[in-house]
Amino acid sequence: MKDFIIPTSLDQDFGTPASRSTTMVTLTIDGAEVTVPEGTSVMRAAKETGITIPKLCATDMVDAFGSCRLCLVEIEGRNGTPASCTTPVAAGMVVHTQTGKLKDLRRGVMELYISDHPLDCLTCVANGDCELQEMAGAVGLRDVRYQPGANHYDDGSGTLAKGDARARGLGERGLRGMLDGDMGNPDYLPRDESNPYFTYDPSKCIVCSRCVRACEEVQGTFALTIEGRGWDSRVSAGMHESFLGSECVSCGACVQACPTGTLREKAVHEIGTPEHSVITTCAYCGVGCSFKAEMRGDELVRMVPWKDGKANRGHSCVKGRFAWGYAQHQDRVLKPMVRERIEDPWREVEWDEALTFAADRMRGLQAEYGQDSIGVITSSRCTNEETYLVQKLTRQVFGNNNTDTCARVCHSPTGYGLGQTFGTSAGTQDFDSVEHSDVMIVIGANPTDGHPVFGSRMKKRLRQGAKLIVIDPRRIDLVKSPHIRAAHHLPLKPGTNVAMLTALAHVIVTEKLYDEAFIRERCDWDEFADYMAFVADESHSPEAVESATGVPAEEVRKAARLYAGGGNGAIYYGLGVTEHSQGSTSVIAIANLAMMTGNIGRPGVGVNPLRGQNNVQGSCDMGSFPHELPGYRHVKNPEVRAIFETLWNTKISDEPGLRINNMLDAAVEGTFKGLYIQGEDILQSDPDTHHVAAGLAAMDCVIVHDLCLNETANYAHVFLPGSSFLEKDGTFTNAERRINMVRRVMAPKNGYADWEVTQALANAMGAGWTYTHPSQIMAEIAATTPSFANVTYERITELGSVQWPCNDEHPEGSPIMHVDGFVRGKGKFIRTEYVATDEKVGPRFPLLLTTGRILSQYNVGAQTRRTDNTAWHAEDVLEIHPQDAEDRGLRSGDWVRLASRTGETSLRAKVTDRVAPGVVYTTFHHPETQANVITTDFSDWATNCPEYKVTAVQVAPSNGPSEWQVEYEAQSEAARRVLPAAE
Amino acid sequence: MPLDDQDIAVRVEEILATHDGVEGPLLPILHAIQEAFGYVPRAALPQIAEGLNLSRAEVHGVMTFYHDFREDPAGRHVLKLCRAEACKSMGADRVAAHARGKLGIDWHETTRDGTVTLEPVFCLGLCACAPAAMIDGKVVGRIDEARVDALLTEVGK
Repeated sequence: MKDFIIPTSLDQDFGTPASRSTTMVTLTIDGAEVTVPEGTSVMRAAKETGITIPKLCATDMVDAFGSCRLCLVEIEGRNGTPASCTTPVAAGMVVHTQTGKLKDLRRGVMELYISDHPLDCLTCVANGDCELQEMAGAVGLRDVRYQPGANHYDDGSGTLAKGDARARGLGERGLRGMLDGDMGNPDYLPRDESNPYFTYDPSKCIVCSRCVRACEEVQGTFALTIEGRGWDSRVSAGMHESFLGSECVSCGACVQACPTGTLREKAVHEIGTPEHSVITTCAYCGVGCSFKAEMRGDELVRMVPWKDGKANRGHSCVKGRFAWGYAQHQDRVLKPMVRERIEDPWREVEWDEALTFAADRMRGLQAEYGQDSIGVITSSRCTNEETYLVQKLTRQVFGNNNTDTCARVCHSPTGYGLGQTFGTSAGTQDFDSVEHSDVMIVIGANPTDGHPVFGSRMKKRLRQGAKLIVIDPRRIDLVKSPHIRAAHHLPLKPGTNVAMLTALAHVIVTEKLYDEAFIRERCDWDEFADYMAFVADESHSPEAVESATGVPAEEVRKAARLYAGGGNGAIYYGLGVTEHSQGSTSVIAIANLAMMTGNIGRPGVGVNPLRGQNNVQGSCDMGSFPHELPGYRHVKNPEVRAIFETLWNTKISDEPGLRINNMLDAAVEGTFKGLYIQGEDILQSDPDTHHVAAGLAAMDCVIVHDLCLNETANYAHVFLPGSSFLEKDGTFTNAERRINMVRRVMAPKNGYADWEVTQALANAMGAGWTYTHPSQIMAEIAATTPSFANVTYERITELGSVQWPCNDEHPEGSPIMHVDGFVRGKGKFIRTEYVATDEKVGPRFPLLLTTGRILSQYNVGAQTRRTDNTAWHAEDVLEIHPQDAEDRGLRSGDWVRLASRTGETSLRAKVTDRVAPGVVYTTFHHPETQANVITTDFSDWATNCPEYKVTAVQVAPSNGPSEWQVEYEAQSEAARRVLPAAE
Repeated sequence: MPLDDQDIAVRVEEILATHDGVEGPLLPILHAIQEAFGYVPRAALPQIAEGLNLSRAEVHGVMTFYHDFREDPAGRHVLKLCRAEACKSMGADRVAAHARGKLGIDWHETTRDGTVTLEPVFCLGLCACAPAAMIDGKVVGRIDEARVDALLTEVGK
């Protein structure tokens, strides 16, 4: 692990962002000649030659500001001393960064800063990691000549002042003079501790505005400002509010930008400054941000976004940046546990006993009920290598194809739809592509909550002038938030995506806005002609579908014209597209739109699923589906089977195995008996909780391999402790097919990394696997899977990350796909007939429930609920339109009963017009709510992806938890009992 | 009768509507609101932010940058005394001390009966007639203690 400690030279601050220009300019700085792109600042040019110009208000994450006056330089032939951060280079320019005059000026400026800054460096949280301290050294500050007077740092209590007076060489008299009998210091503001993760200490602030600018430029929230002016200038969150109470989303960009101890992580306050750092990958969403895990020994101090991370470009969100405390949470189970029956309490045992118990049971079940009576569910949160091993376990050791993964319930339609139309089951672009988009369609996704770092990158592009079309039943933040306003919001009724997308295609076809040259070259013209004939039918016009979608036809027409004619058009979509009975059809419709407008195969365009979990792309790539071997190759294909059969010395069935829902159905029927579930909580995350519970309860051996006792573990017989992403090596693949390294920064608290546990289980069943490092597993993946052919840990480390396909054809990986032609040859147009879901509103269930996620929480909340993120979202609430609330006599905060034909639950209401009348919305982060008690067993026709996004419900006032909630609570309590350790 | 939040919201909405389409609308809106209420109520800021698609923080930042935007209602009359260099050299400090003593209030404060609010100002452009003052928007040159007294008598103090 020491190999991956980054040299500090890679981690430097160039002061201003890089210029994109390709024109080069040569100038001389301190006698050295330097050539940089046009538009580069003198400050950055100097840094590139190794000359560091003192600075305070500049940092390369935000644009130059020119306020601190420390970075002044002299330029031959020019008057005065311009700021090097705001002065662009010019050919032949001769710059001096260190002259007598500059030294005097800088020292004078620094003296002013320090005259209003506490001199408590030794006890300051930023000691040793403070740019102000560093700059005081760099400019040679030795003395502050200003007499103590008005200041912002003295709290008036006398305690700070005494130390400070000593530091400033004043006696008691001087101190009294300073305090002047004042009752307190009107300019002093106390520290704001409201945010659970960082503090704001105004007494240390030098008002450089870096935090304000980071919030604006990087995060795009605009939660901070400078209030007042001159001496009164202070950083203010919102309207002089606490950070927690303000618009702040706690992304951490301000903390990262702060050059002093003003904004600083509470963990640093508690632990101290880190001493080494390791680059790794966040384990939350599909953005896959690169982070520096900053360590003290094997203790994690903080996670800081890594500027060279190609997915996040140095930005982060509240989850990845701060919410990693779950990895150390007391709820983590560190010893294996077993029990005969799920009614029994758990018994802690040694690893050997647990593995033998599990192996014997599984083998016993196979002997009794047949080879196909057991299976696995792989995890989208574990590494590629771990997922690969789990599907190998079922195919090689169990001898069947009964493997499925959580992508079944999220993006399986993406795999199907994009596979059919383009030939690959993945997004076409890298995230950088958004910087070249002119028009974006966001459909069924809420990037600012679900994929916040990419959401910020989108917002940045939108502020630069790109146009936005939002297709979503809810008024998500992208529709309207500070400095962002969608050109068109099409608030369609849940379940009408296909009608909407086909209507957009209708407009493009009938108004001849399609790109004929592209279609003729890249697709099959006859297929397009067929599709054209289909969509041109009047029944697909915006006017005809208006009653189904509820969106005015004219708005749809305008949106279609904008997408087809607005330049580079990119489509980003999420689970609001896939989790429907016509999820796959919607994905195909999206692909059709992109192909007919020629928006494929270059930067700024494309079709981009925003994948939910950190490694959901990877878990699909690794052959987690029952019908596909790694690399999306069907088990029917004998040549593909042969590769694995030879290597694994086994026979692979050519019959696809069971999907999750089939497994549960079969369990209820009594033919499926054993399941190994790695890192997934199907009880909470899968639809129709009653059915999942019944299926699990009917099995004889449920092995749960996870960090904590999750809800599924209530029905388990074996619990194998898992390891967190901080405790193992491996790779995650994000939504842009980027394979990022995950690096072990501490030893597994449970003793073993997850891949070691799977290997031990396989070996207990007689497999004889001998992997000693995940890189060997990657070597096996590369050897068997063409799109990973050239992927090695060395290659990833060398390039930082690599996007598959990475093979002889694309040795450096593939940021953008289908550049010269579609993977499948010709792009395929497929008809997209809208079929309304069977889930319809009626007198008993007159409202449509749609579900989603919120910024501070993640998925079933297993991780985020075990962090201070609960400060933002302590419980799931039901969003309901004021009109529907009025009809039912509901106010915000009231308990309501939410019922569908499958079940009911209770939660609190939030009255808001973000949802349309007739639509209600909630999240599924909390097991107490169990929103999936409500969702039904309807699913996508092609892939069985559940129809989470449409459930007919009724909402009524309530006075507490539902019967199921009370029952479940009791069951859950009983199922979690652990016997005291034997004496 | 003080305005409740509902009254404020309605009036602010009207003001926002009249500024629809105006380029750089924030300052004109703040002026109009101050004109309407005599100050800029805190409750108006989130409403302005919403209307202009800005953050609360941004509106707050702009509003607090300009000292003339008041966070609280002023007294019935506002006396501004210049504290800039030219006026200081001509005895502004002496006059100011007199005014503060006479009114029994400090800068930015309002007399208890709500008659007068005292504000410092930095240059009224009347340096030739220093020290200068302004009462209810009307400039007055060459003030001294006596003229301050006369001005205050005039406004009923």
